[in-house]
Amino acid sequence: MRLSRKHLTLIVLALLITLAPTLFPSNFYYRIGALIFVNGLAVTGLVVLIGFAGQISLGHAGFAGIGAYACALAPGYLGLHPGLAMLLGAVLSGGVAWLIGRPILRLKGYYLAVATLGFGILVSMVLANEAKITGGPDGREVAELGLRSALATIGIGLSNAQFWYAATGLSMLAGAWIALNLQDSPTGRALRALHDSEVAARTVGVDVARLKLSAFVISAVYASLSGSLLALMNRFITPDVAGFLHSVELVTMTVFGGVGSVPGAILGAATLTLLPQALTVLQQYENLILGLIMMLVMIFMRDGLLPSLMRRLKGRG
Amino acid sequence: MAELLQYLLSGVTVGAVYALVALGFTLIYNASDVVNFAQGEFVMLGGMISFFAWQAGIPLPLAAILAIIATASVGVLLNKLAIEPARGAPVASLIIITIGASIFLRGGAQLVFDKQLHRFPSFSGDDPIRILGATILPQSLWVIAGAVAIFLALWLFFAHTLTGKAVLATANNRIAASLVGINPNHMMTLSFAVSAAIGALAGVLVTPITLTSYDLGVAIALKGFAAAMLGGMGIPAGALAGGLLLGLIEAFTAGYVSSVYKDAVAFVVILAVLFAMPQGLFGRKAMDRV
Repeated sequence: MRLSRKHLTLIVLALLITLAPTLFPSNFYYRIGALIFVNGLAVTGLVVLIGFAGQISLGHAGFAGIGAYACALAPGYLGLHPGLAMLLGAVLSGGVAWLIGRPILRLKGYYLAVATLGFGILVSMVLANEAKITGGPDGREVAELGLRSALATIGIGLSNAQFWYAATGLSMLAGAWIALNLQDSPTGRALRALHDSEVAARTVGVDVARLKLSAFVISAVYASLSGSLLALMNRFITPDVAGFLHSVELVTMTVFGGVGSVPGAILGAATLTLLPQALTVLQQYENLILGLIMMLVMIFMRDGLLPSLMRRLKGRG
Repeated sequence: MAELLQYLLSGVTVGAVYALVALGFTLIYNASDVVNFAQGEFVMLGGMISFFAWQAGIPLPLAAILAIIATASVGVLLNKLAIEPARGAPVASLIIITIGASIFLRGGAQLVFDKQLHRFPSFSGDDPIRILGATILPQSLWVIAGAVAIFLALWLFFAHTLTGKAVLATANNRIAASLVGINPNHMMTLSFAVSAAIGALAGVLVTPITLTSYDLGVAIALKGFAAAMLGGMGIPAGALAGGLLLGLIEAFTAGYVSSVYKDAVAFVVILAVLFAMPQGLFGRKAMDRV
């Protein structure tokens, strides 16, 4: 039996997540790994929106903010378990995306970019200014998820960093699995048709507005879950999670690794999460180098890192 | 009444700056269909270079001219090294490239200069001028006069010079323009130089009021971008109207509603305008230019 590309991708991802820790000299590396997976999850959602449906968003950190603050606020105000708070955040994000999606997605290109950007900025502004509820710019503590101690009682003892490495790794894997299934489904094909030409897609009977809206809602839920995981992992959250720069980071990771490809985007998330860690040695030069890399990749590898590398490999082989 | 006038005056001052930044967006967008997210960095460079040149003992007017020329060169380099090689790339890639350029310039400024807030003296003193119970800083008048002068100069340039008409022709139809002997690449370079110079001038004019630092670019670019959208992307008169309108909305929101949400209201208004008239207040052309 030949392995499909989808299963191959998932197996490679799972192997990488499982085997990477054999190289980790300390707990710190588990934390970096977990950060990569958290970003990888949000970025996978953006592949559905930008890569499949061809719609850009510069406001997805807003949804990450909704997810993060749901975990920070719902346990205290509503008495919800943090795990349920995460679901509440996802439902809320999906609902907001559904409400604002239809008018916003009528816009295209730069107009869509500025509208989503406006949405993201509104969310981060509310989070920063409603200090009585959200803790304001100083941020707020987040309750313990409690799953790690539950695992310990049944004999699985993990350090905090190891637990979050595993939890976020599994979440990202599940996210990638869903996105890859979507890519292969009739909906995925319709999405790609609308990416290539909206008019052509409409003439063959694709409900363009509904599809764009679904992609927007799906990607919002991904971003929200990613924000929740970040909040629960750090046990602390500030409005920066919803900020414009975080939105830009997420889009950059997606486009950097390869916008049409789930493993590509995850590679982008990994590279751009690792880079600043590696650059702390050269902290003064961090922005300079980051900006330079963003420009160089987009000029010389238009499809992003992974598709360009793959093509080069195939060209030689 | 005095209150209203006060908000009006401060709104027009801020609005003039937004209008200049929006104009920078507009010029580049017309020449190359690129929204240049590094536009705010031009404003930052104008302020920072003037300050450090002035500190080094160069008289302020000369320092300002130096800053404008240096920033214009940065604009030309940005076009030659990053935008021209990426011709034909999808919108998302172009957004990343110019955001990369913005981060790069910010990192460069932080390295070459420093991370402090800086200010140089106002051009004609800091004694506020009283008008019907409201006050305005002399420097605000410089900002407003600067914006008016730039818009007049550009209008003359586009309406009465051959080069100006060539830029308009390129913006209208790149291929047709090159068929009649215009080099579109030269026009693009010119547009980047001019919009960087305008951004730098805005930075020079406003630094005595708002101070400058390496990281002010993002905020100012967002406002300028929003102003350009509000007026209609690619339309110089729209940039002027959008900038002034945004400045006034902010000033009145800060005065009558809440100062923490002044930025929020500006964005709500922009979202509303985009939904109601996606082409902006002055836009007539089809919005689908991607």
